[in-house]
Amino acid sequence: MSKIVKEIIKYLVIVSMAVGISGCGKKSSEDKNVITNSGSDTMVNLAQMWAEEYQKIKPGVSVEVGGGGSGVGIRDLMQGIVQIANASRDMKDSEKAQAKQNTGKEPLEWIVGYDAVAVYVNKNNPVESLTLAQLAQIYAEGGITDKWSQLDIDITSKGSSDEIVRISRQNSSGTYFYFREHVLNNKDYKSGSRDMSGSKDVVELVGKTMGAIGYSGMGYDTEAVKFVKIAKTEGQTAYEPSIENVATGNYPLARSLLMYTLGQPEGEVKEYIDWILSPAGQEIVEKSGYIPVQSGQKK
Amino acid sequence: MIKKSRIQKDLAQGKGGVTRESQPESSGKLSQFFGKLKRLFHSMSERTIVSLIYLCGVSAIIFVFGIFFFVFREGEPFLKDHLDFKSFFMSPDWYPTSVSNKRYGILALLAGTGSVTILAMLVAVPFSLASAVFIAKFCGKKLQETLKVMIELLAAIPSVVWGFIGLMVLNPLIVKLTGASIGLNILNAGIVVGLMSVPIIVSIAEDAMRAVPDTYLEAAEALGATRWQTIRKVIFPAAKNGLLAAVLLGVGRAVGETMAVLMCTGHSVNIPFDSKAPFFHILDSVRTLTATIASELGEAPRLGALPDGTYPEEALHYQALFMIGIVLFAITFVINLVADITVKGIRKK
Amino acid sequence: MTGTNKKQATANPFAPSELTRKKMKNQKIAAVIFGLMTLLILIPLVLLIGDIFIKALPSLTWDFLTDVPRNGMRAGGIWSALIGTVYLVVFSLLVAAPVGVMAGIYLNEYAKDNWFNRIISLAVVNLAGVPSIVHALFGVGAFVIFAGFGKSILAASLTIAIMTLPVIIVATKEALSAVPIPFRVACWNLGASRWQTIRTIVLPNSLGGILTGIILEVCRAAGETAPIMFTGAVFFKFVERGDLLPYSPTEQCMALSYHLHTISTQVPGVPESMLYGTAAVLLGFILMFNSVAIIVRMRVRNRKRW
Repeated sequence: MSKIVKEIIKYLVIVSMAVGISGCGKKSSEDKNVITNSGSDTMVNLAQMWAEEYQKIKPGVSVEVGGGGSGVGIRDLMQGIVQIANASRDMKDSEKAQAKQNTGKEPLEWIVGYDAVAVYVNKNNPVESLTLAQLAQIYAEGGITDKWSQLDIDITSKGSSDEIVRISRQNSSGTYFYFREHVLNNKDYKSGSRDMSGSKDVVELVGKTMGAIGYSGMGYDTEAVKFVKIAKTEGQTAYEPSIENVATGNYPLARSLLMYTLGQPEGEVKEYIDWILSPAGQEIVEKSGYIPVQSGQKK
Repeated sequence: MIKKSRIQKDLAQGKGGVTRESQPESSGKLSQFFGKLKRLFHSMSERTIVSLIYLCGVSAIIFVFGIFFFVFREGEPFLKDHLDFKSFFMSPDWYPTSVSNKRYGILALLAGTGSVTILAMLVAVPFSLASAVFIAKFCGKKLQETLKVMIELLAAIPSVVWGFIGLMVLNPLIVKLTGASIGLNILNAGIVVGLMSVPIIVSIAEDAMRAVPDTYLEAAEALGATRWQTIRKVIFPAAKNGLLAAVLLGVGRAVGETMAVLMCTGHSVNIPFDSKAPFFHILDSVRTLTATIASELGEAPRLGALPDGTYPEEALHYQALFMIGIVLFAITFVINLVADITVKGIRKK
Repeated sequence: MTGTNKKQATANPFAPSELTRKKMKNQKIAAVIFGLMTLLILIPLVLLIGDIFIKALPSLTWDFLTDVPRNGMRAGGIWSALIGTVYLVVFSLLVAAPVGVMAGIYLNEYAKDNWFNRIISLAVVNLAGVPSIVHALFGVGAFVIFAGFGKSILAASLTIAIMTLPVIIVATKEALSAVPIPFRVACWNLGASRWQTIRTIVLPNSLGGILTGIILEVCRAAGETAPIMFTGAVFFKFVERGDLLPYSPTEQCMALSYHLHTISTQVPGVPESMLYGTAAVLLGFILMFNSVAIIVRMRVRNRKRW
C-alpha cells in the first residue's frame, strides 16, 4: 500500500505546485482588473447586484465586494486597502484626516442612492406610529420605556409578553451610527438589545418575535413585519417610509447611500462609478428597494 | 526519544552511512573522486535535512509565542496607558464607539462567555462521561467501533454549520417549547456548544479510563465485583485526574468557540444573572468575548501613534479588542496548562 | 453466572445469592441508562444532519455546484465559494504538511527527554487549544500587517496552516511511534544514520497514519470561518462558471464556510433550500473526507506487518 500512497502523494504535490505557480503567473500577466469594494451592510446586497451586472457589461473587470459594516469600509479606505468604501453614514472629519495622513489622498464622497431607515414591528403588533422621542425612550441609555403597556399598546392579549424586545445592530454598522445620531441624539444605546450582524437578521427576528421592535433599511421589508409610521414630534403627522415621503422630506429618517474614493477616481474605478450613477445602475438601486439619485458628486 | 548506543553513534557520525566497505570495488582516481563527492553530498544533505527537522520541531513553540507576541503587540498600548483594571473587568458598559462617552467594560462579555460555558458543560459533561463509560466498558467490540466513528464524525462538523443549526433549527424549536420571546439565547448556544464539546470529553475520558492498570480491574473482579461496581469504585477514582482533564479541555473548547456563538446567542450586552428568579436566565440573550471580537474587529481602525507617542481616541477600540484577545488567550492557556499537568499526573503513577 | 429458577436455588450451590442478583440488576440498569444517554446525544445528531440533507435536496444539482451565485446570491450556485475553499485548503496544506510532518519526526525521533522538549509538547497542545478568533487576530497582526501580505489568500491560508499544524504533528508522532523500536535498532546495527533509518524504514511504514493526519487537516481547514473572515475571505467576487483557476494568491476569495455565514445572516430572500444546500455541501465534503481518513486508518491497522 505504501507504494500506491507514495504515488498519490507525488501526484498531489505536483498538482498543488502547478496551481501555485499558475496562480503566481496570473498575477504577473494581469489583464484582469480588480476593483475592491467593502463596507456598509445595508448596501452590500446592492453592491453585489451592481458587481454582478457590471460583470456582464465589462467582463475584463472583476469587482470584489466585501461587507462588514460602514465602519469596515471606511477603515479599509483609510488604510488604502480598498478603492471604494460603501457607507450608509458620513465619514467623520477625523476619519477623513486619518485617510489623508495614511494615503496622501483626500476621500471624495459620491451619493449613489437614498435609503430610509425604517422601524419595523411584527405584523401582529397593534402599534401604528411613534414619535422620535418615544423611540429614544425605548432605545437610549436612561430611557424609561421597557414595556409595550407603557405606550398604551396592548400586546399581551395577542399572546406575547409585555417586554419590548429591542433589536439593534452591531457597532460596525452605519445604520447603528445613523440611528444613534438622529434618534438618540448621540446618547448611547441601552444595554440588553439584541445586536444583529446584518440588516436582514433584524427584520427576520422581528418577523419571528411578536414583541420585537427593530430598525433596518427599508429595502429589507418582508411579509412578516410592518413599518411603523414616524412623526418628528408629538402632534405632527406620522409618515411611512416610501419613495415619495423620502423625496418630499416628510419621512424623518432618510439618509444618503454613499461611496467614498481616495481622491478623484481614475480608469476602471471611474468608469464603474459613472456606470453606477447612470440610469442602468440606478435602475438596480430601485429594483433593490432603495431610492435612486438624480445627481452625482457632492463635495 | 530512541537511544542509541555509543558504538552505533560512532559508526554513523558524520559519514552519512555510505561507508567505503559498502561501495562496490571502484577503479581509477575519477570514480574515487565521484565517490567522495557522493558521500559529501549525502552528509551535507543529511545535515541540512536534520537541521530543518530541528527547526520545524521548535516551530510549535515559535508559533505559540508568536501568537502571544503579535496579539500582545497590537493590544499593548491599551494595556499600558488606558487599562484601569477595575473599569475594564468590572464594568458591564461596553460602548467602544460612543460619541459622547466611550467605555470599555467587559463584565457583561465575561458573563456571557461564562454563562454559555456553564450551560454547555451542564449539557455535555453528564452525557459525555456516560458515553465514555458505555463505550469503554459496556460495549461489544463492533458497537464500540461504530460509536467511536460516530463521535469522531460529530467532532468533524464545522462550527459555522453548528451555528447554522442553532439559527435555523433550534431557534424556532426553543420558541415553541419554552415560549421565550426569542430563540437565540443562552439555551440555544449552550446546547450547541455542549454538543460540540462532547467528542473531546468522550475521547479523553475514554483514554483515561483505559489507562487504569489492569491489575486494579483484576483485583476487583477477584473480589467479586460486577462491572458496574468496578466502574464506580475503582475506575472512577483511579481515572479522576484524566476525567478532570477531559472536562477542562471541554471547557477550553467552549470558551474559545466563536462562529456558533456568534450566530446563536442573540448577541446582546447583558448580564443574565440577577436577583429575580430563576436567577440564571437561560432564556436571555448574551454576548461572548469571542463574538465581540469577531463582530467588531473589521470596523476598528488600526491607527498609528501620534507624534507625541499617545494614540488618538479612535485607536482604542482596535487595541481594546486585542486586549480581549489577550484575556481569551490567557484563559485558554491556563486551562490547557492545568489539564496537561493533571494528565501528566496520572501517567506518572 | 446466569440467574436460575428460585425453586432450584436451594439445591444449586452455584446459584447467585440475593446480593449478587441485586448487583447484577444494578449493573443492567446502569448499562441501560448509560446506553440511553449515549443514544440521546447521537440520535439528535443523526436527526439534525438528516434534516439538513433532506431540506437541501431540491438544491443539490450539478448546476448548484458549478454555477456561480446569481441574482444577488439568491439563485445560481456556489462555485466561487467552493473553488475558493479548495484554494485555501491546498495552500495551507503546502505549508502545514511539511512543517507538521518534520515537527512530528523531531518530537518522536530526535527529541531527548528534557525540559526543553517537554515545553515543545506543551506548546503543541496549547496551539491546538487556542480559540479560532485569537488565530484570526494573530493572522491579522502577523500576515496582513507585519508581513505586508494584506488581505489575501496567502494571509488566510497561512493563518489556517498554523491553526491546523497540531493535527498533523500529533498524527505524525503517533504514526511514527507505532513503528516498533527493533526496526530502528536493526538499521542502526547496519550502520545507518538516524535520518537514513527514518527515510528508508520508519517513514514508509507510518505513511498511513501521516496521511490520516493530512486528511484531518483538510477537514478542519475547509470548515473554519473566523480565521479567514479578516484575512482574506470576501462577501462576493465574480468568477467564471466552472473556472478551475480563478484566483491568484494575492487576491481575496470567497469561501464556502464564510459564504454559509453571510447568506444565513446578511442576504435577504435566499430560498431555504439554497441555505440548506450550501450547508449540506460543506458538511457533506467534510464528512466524506473524514470517513476516508477513518477508513485509511483502519486499513493501516489491519495491514500492519508486525
